[in-house]
Amino acid sequence: MDKKASREKIARRAEQEIKDGDYVNLGIGMPTMVANFLSEHKKVMLQSENGLLGIGRYPTEEELDADLINAGKETVTAAKGAAYFSSAESFAMIRGGNIDIAILGAMEVAENGDLANWMIPGKMIKGMGGAMDLVHGAQRVIIIMDHVSRDGTPKIVNNCSLPLTGIGVVDRIITERAVIDVTESGLILQEILDDSSFEEIQKVTEPKLKNNI
Amino acid sequence: MKQIYETADEIIDGIEDGATILVGGFGLCGIPENVIQALVKKGTTNLTIVSNNCGVDDWGLGLLLKKKQIKKIYASYVGENKEFERQVINGELEVELVPQGTLAERLRAGGAGIPAFYTPAGVGTPVAEGKEIRTFEGKEYLLERAIKGDVSIVRAHTGDTYGNLVYRKTAQNFNPMIAAAGKLTIAEVENLQEAGSIDPHHIHTPGIYVNRMLEAAQENRIERKTVREA
Repeated sequence: MDKKASREKIARRAEQEIKDGDYVNLGIGMPTMVANFLSEHKKVMLQSENGLLGIGRYPTEEELDADLINAGKETVTAAKGAAYFSSAESFAMIRGGNIDIAILGAMEVAENGDLANWMIPGKMIKGMGGAMDLVHGAQRVIIIMDHVSRDGTPKIVNNCSLPLTGIGVVDRIITERAVIDVTESGLILQEILDDSSFEEIQKVTEPKLKNNI
Repeated sequence: MKQIYETADEIIDGIEDGATILVGGFGLCGIPENVIQALVKKGTTNLTIVSNNCGVDDWGLGLLLKKKQIKKIYASYVGENKEFERQVINGELEVELVPQGTLAERLRAGGAGIPAFYTPAGVGTPVAEGKEIRTFEGKEYLLERAIKGDVSIVRAHTGDTYGNLVYRKTAQNFNPMIAAAGKLTIAEVENLQEAGSIDPHHIHTPGIYVNRMLEAAQENRIERKTVREA
């Protein structure tokens, strides 16, 4: 499967996590794509950390407005019923537990739900943005990422080797190959998304998986 | 009445080398671009800047960076700027990365007379190094200090002669907290009106926080133009 098809597949599966009526924050990159697949039958409010509740579609050329962007600095529109507010208000609603789901990307996720998604030592550090706040505030933190890194090593690991974004914050991992829950009794394989066997998924996942299929 | 200035060059009078300046905006959205350019022109240097981002190579705070006027910056995300990277690698620029929500709250606290607060963001990460950790109701939090500035520079859409400000759409972002957290607050606005012409219901930043005002048009640059087919 090519990269684009794989990302689309992950985004479509992640969309199924979102329920009618949810307030959702989508991270930058692949998570932003989830919005493209949102079912018309669900009423969902997308939150943007820079001060918008109710992200709408991308604008047409005529609708372009430099004062209306998302947290990835892309131009957007405001959805029906949207609200604007300050960054302090935005993170108050995030830390206060009002966001139902945050869907974020990752470099590594550990067995206990530790998340690393903001820096690689030795490479230029860009900053964590709002990720460290989001992982503590959202009711559910869902990670979407490739199952393994470019060189084939697992991204789901016993312990993260990279600096953390948060400790024990991940609830569910969705990759192009599987859906895995982080629980107190370890990682549980909930779905296989390709034609792999349990053993084949286990082979590319460092911690021991429990099979719930 | 607030001090109303005719030009950005005059409104920065008295800002000294080595000042700590809080600057509103998110990316290039809602940045006080005219006042930033005046600081570039004047060459005020050795600055400590607190701002969510640091502009791009040729606009916003990136212009101050290019002329090496910034000594230290506090920000949550700085990934859009090659000159930034070069200066950090060469040790010419000091950076403190702050989680975005923590940055917003540190600034809010600074303006609200709260010296410090506990937040879960950053526990167990490099951000927590050297900070007090305390457990409340079984969960760990870390102590973060308020940020105050010698000068705050904000951008609003509409202002009145009493200093009341109204921001437009997502150009609000960090501006309200920054307006309150500076000893001297400078507001540049697209439209400056007589006091009484803004509905009091609609004011975001009450004039009490604002000292100097400037009416100045904005270029409205867009960092990531993203459109759909009509």
